[in-house]
Amino acid sequence: MKKGPGAHQAREPATHRVAPAAAAEHLPAPGELVRIADRVLKLSDADETEVTIDAAADALTRFANNAIHQNVAERYLTVSVRTVFDGRTARATTNKTDEDSLKQVVAVSAALAREQPKDPSLLPVPGPQKYPKVRRFFPRTAASSPDERARVVKRIAQIAVKRGQTAAGVFSTGAFQSVITNSRGLFAAHRQTRAEFSITMMERDSSGWAKANSADVASLSPHELAENASWRALATRAPREIPPGRFTVVLEPAAVLDLLGFLFYDFAGTAVLDKRSCLNERMGKRIFGENISLWDDVSHPLQSGAPFDGEGLPRRKVLLVDRGTPRNLVYARATARKMRAKPTGHGMALPNEWGEAPMNLVWSGGTTSLQDMIASTEYGVLVTRLWYIREVDPYEKILTGMTRDGTFLIDGGKVGGGIRNFRFNQSLIEMLANVETLGPAVRAAGEESFEMVVPPMKVRDFHFTEVTRF
Amino acid sequence: MRSIANWALDTAKVRGATYADVRLMDIRQRDLSTKNGRVGTCSEAETLGIGVRVIANGAWGFASTDRLTREGISACAAQAVAIARASALARSKAVELAPERAYVDSWVGPCRKDPFHIPVERQLALLLEADAEMRKVAGVTLTETSMTFRRIEQFFASSIGSAIHQVKMLSGAGIVATSFSGNDIQKRSYPNSFGGQHALAGYELVESLDLVGHARRAGEESVALHKAAQCPEGSRTIILESGQLGLQIHESIGHPIELDRVLGMEANFAGMSFLTLDKLRALRYGSEIVNVVADARLAHGPGLGTFGYDDEGVPAQCTPIIKDGLFTGYLSDRETARTIGLERSGGTSRTESWNRLPIIRMTNVSLLPGTWRPEDLIADTDDGIWMETNRSWSIDDRRYHFQFSTEIAWEIKGGKKTRMIKNPSYSGITTEFWNSCDAICSREYWTLWGTPNCGKGQPQQVMGTGHGAAPARFRNVKVGVAFAG
Repeated sequence: MKKGPGAHQAREPATHRVAPAAAAEHLPAPGELVRIADRVLKLSDADETEVTIDAAADALTRFANNAIHQNVAERYLTVSVRTVFDGRTARATTNKTDEDSLKQVVAVSAALAREQPKDPSLLPVPGPQKYPKVRRFFPRTAASSPDERARVVKRIAQIAVKRGQTAAGVFSTGAFQSVITNSRGLFAAHRQTRAEFSITMMERDSSGWAKANSADVASLSPHELAENASWRALATRAPREIPPGRFTVVLEPAAVLDLLGFLFYDFAGTAVLDKRSCLNERMGKRIFGENISLWDDVSHPLQSGAPFDGEGLPRRKVLLVDRGTPRNLVYARATARKMRAKPTGHGMALPNEWGEAPMNLVWSGGTTSLQDMIASTEYGVLVTRLWYIREVDPYEKILTGMTRDGTFLIDGGKVGGGIRNFRFNQSLIEMLANVETLGPAVRAAGEESFEMVVPPMKVRDFHFTEVTRF
Repeated sequence: MRSIANWALDTAKVRGATYADVRLMDIRQRDLSTKNGRVGTCSEAETLGIGVRVIANGAWGFASTDRLTREGISACAAQAVAIARASALARSKAVELAPERAYVDSWVGPCRKDPFHIPVERQLALLLEADAEMRKVAGVTLTETSMTFRRIEQFFASSIGSAIHQVKMLSGAGIVATSFSGNDIQKRSYPNSFGGQHALAGYELVESLDLVGHARRAGEESVALHKAAQCPEGSRTIILESGQLGLQIHESIGHPIELDRVLGMEANFAGMSFLTLDKLRALRYGSEIVNVVADARLAHGPGLGTFGYDDEGVPAQCTPIIKDGLFTGYLSDRETARTIGLERSGGTSRTESWNRLPIIRMTNVSLLPGTWRPEDLIADTDDGIWMETNRSWSIDDRRYHFQFSTEIAWEIKGGKKTRMIKNPSYSGITTEFWNSCDAICSREYWTLWGTPNCGKGQPQQVMGTGHGAAPARFRNVKVGVAFAG
C-alpha cells in the first residue's frame, strides 16, 4: 500500500543540531496531532466528521556487494478527513497543516461527499470506545542513528568478505504515530517504533537469507541473522538437481508466512458476501487439519500495530479457525449489519469497497523442533523461504511461486546439501490438511505478506512442478 | 519552487556534499471505484514535499521532508549529508557518475481534458453505468469498476546547475466482472487487468475506452468460463494477445535488463539477473524478428514511462534493448552507466514520490510491431491457443523461469478460433521463450499498455511502466502447468 507522505508545518524545529536521522527527533509531539485534529473538526460543518492523522519518521540503510549503496530517511504527516452529509460520504487527504490547507482539505472532502449518491448502508460514526493497552514504542529504537546502522553493516560485511561471500540487505529503524477522532467524541491514539534487519549472503552458485523485525531494535540480532544466512549459502554450494514432484517439505516460518498470508482477506465478511472468498460455502466445515487453528489477536506479545481499526473501533480477538474448521470472520460495522453479526473492529477507513481484514494473525504452533521435523523425514525438502507467490485459483487457493535462498534436500533424516530451486503450484486448502507436525509459533518476516505469528511446518505431498537450471 | 530547491542545494554544499540533487514534488490524486452498483472508494489526496540526494565522502545519502520552511529544508539537506557520511563508514569505492550536462527546461505531458476539472458526479455516473451493464448478465456475482487520476508537478535541481520543471497527468480506468459458481471463481477484466489501461493522458483516455460498451461482454465471458474446457497440458503453440504480452515483456525483459539488478544492488529483495555483463551484445535473447526498445520519449507514445527528463535530470532517450534478437542494452542511471563504462546514463532513474530515492525503473519497454494481422496469424496456426488478459504472474529471482496464467483463452484448430478455454497457464525459460517467437502483428494492432503497479526497491516504491505490444505467436510452449497433477 502506498504511504501518504507528510505535511507542511508552521513550526520550525532545530532538528539539524542533534542526531539528524533519529526518528525521535522528527516525530511531532502527540499533542500536535491532537491540535490539528481538533482544528479540523472545528472547521467542518458536515453532519459528521472524522479525522485521521498519521505521522512517521523512518530511516533505512541498504547494502549490497558488501558495502552501503543506498541510505535514506523520510518524515511525513498526513491529515485525512471524512465528511458525511445526509448519508453521503467521501475522504480527502493532505500533508499540509497550515490553516488554509486544513480548510481546503475539509472543503474538498465536503465537495466530494455532496457529489455522491446516498449510501443506505452508511452508519453514523461511532462514539467513544475503550481500547486494549499495547506497548510498542521503544525510545532506544526511535533514537537509532545512521552511524549505528552503518557500523553494524560494516561488521557484517567484514564477515562476508572473510568467508568469500557477498552480503546484501537492509537495516531500518523508525517510529510512527496515529490519531483518529470524530465529531461524536471518539478518540484513539497509537505510537510505535519499528526495526528490521534482512540479509542475503551469496556465493558463486548458492545463497542464504534471514530476516527479522520487531518494535524493539534491541531484540534484533543482525549478527546472528548474518551467521544464519552465511551458513545457508555455504551449505547449499554446488546444488544438485532433483526432479520435481510431490514432496514432504519442512517449511521454515518465513516460507509458511508468505504462503498463509494469501488467506488473510478470505476471512473478511465482505469477501464472503462478494463470493470471492475461498471460504464461501466452507464456513463451519473442517477443511484443514485438526492441528490448524488461527486467531486474529492485536494484543499478542509478538504482534504489532494499533489496537483500533480504520473507524476507531477496538480490534477484538477473533478465533478464525478452530482445529481445522473455519469458524468466524471479521467484520467492519457495516458488514456486520449486513451479515447480522457483531462488528469485530477490523474495518478499513471509509469509504472503501473492501470492508475489513484481519491484520494480526496468530497461527497455532506445536512443540516439534525444526531439527526433529528434519530427523523424522526420510526424504524431503527443507525450504528457507518462498518468492514471487501469486494466486492461480482463488477458490481452491492454488498458489504458485519459487523456493529461494537456501533449499536443502533431506535424506534419511539429515540435511543433505543444497538442491536447485523449485516452482510450486499448491492449493493452500490441501496443504493445511496435510500438515504433519508444527513447531513453536514465532514472529516471522517475509516479503510477500505482512508479519504474522506462524510455526514452521512439516507438510506432506507439497507439489513442486518445475525445477530451475541454477 | 526554485528558491526552495536552492536552500537545499546550498546547505548540502556548505555541509560538504560534492554532489547534490533535489526533487520537489506536488502530487494530487483522485481514486474512484464502484462495486455491485454502489460507490466504493471516493477520495482525493495531495502531497507536497522534497527529497534531497547527496554524495559526501564518496557515498550516497538521501533525506526527505514535508516541512517546507527554510529551516525544515536546510535540516533535511543536512540530514542527507550526515547520512552520506555514515554510508562512507561501510563504503567500497567512491561513487562516480557518468557525465551529464545541466539542463534548464520545462516539460508538460499531454492532457486534453483535465480529469480534476471533470465533476466527480459525472465520473461516478460512468462507472455506475458500466457496473450496471455487467450486472445485467445472469450469473455475474461481483462487479467492480475503477478510475485513478494522478497529477505530478515536479521541480528538479542539481549542483551541476540543472533546473527542470515537469508536469505529468496519469489516468487509468477499468472494469471487472466476476462469477462464482459451484467451486469455481472466474473473472473478466476490460480493457486489461491491474485496474485497466493507464497512460500519460487526461480524461480523454477514459472516454476512449468505452467502458460501458464492453461491460456486457466482460460479464458474459466471466459466466461462460465456467462451462469452458480446462486448458490442456503439453507443449503447444500459443498466441498472446497484446495486454498479456505487455506483462510478459515487463517480467521477462524489463526487469532483467535493470542494470542495478545485474550489478547486485537489488539482491536482497527482488534478486539478481541472468543477464550478466558478458551477455551484452553476445546473447541471442530472442528470434530475429524480436526487437525491443526502452523509450521514454513522447514520440514512442504517451505511456506511463514517458517523460521529458528522468529524476536525476537526464533527458528521455530511446535505448535499443534487443535488436534482431541480439541483446544490446540495459536500463541504466548515471552511477551504473559509469560502472560499466557507458558514455552516458540511459535516463531511467525514476522515483515514486518526493520521499523516495530515484532508482532504475523501466520506462516504456516495448516489443516493436511486426507485419501480421491477427486474423491471418490465427489462420496460419494449425493447432494453438490464443491467450488473453493476465490473471497470475510469477518469475524467479534471476528473471529466467516464469509461469503466467490468463483469464481466458481460445483453442485454435485448423486456422480457426474454436472452443473457449478456462484456467489457461503457460511457463517457460525467458530466452527459450523469446527465441520461439515466429510472428508479431503489425503497428495497427500495437497498444502501449500501462502497468501501474511495478514494485521495486527498499523501502518499496510503486511505479507505472509502459509496454507496447501487438499480438505475437510463440512455438513449443509448455501449457496447462499450473493445474497439472
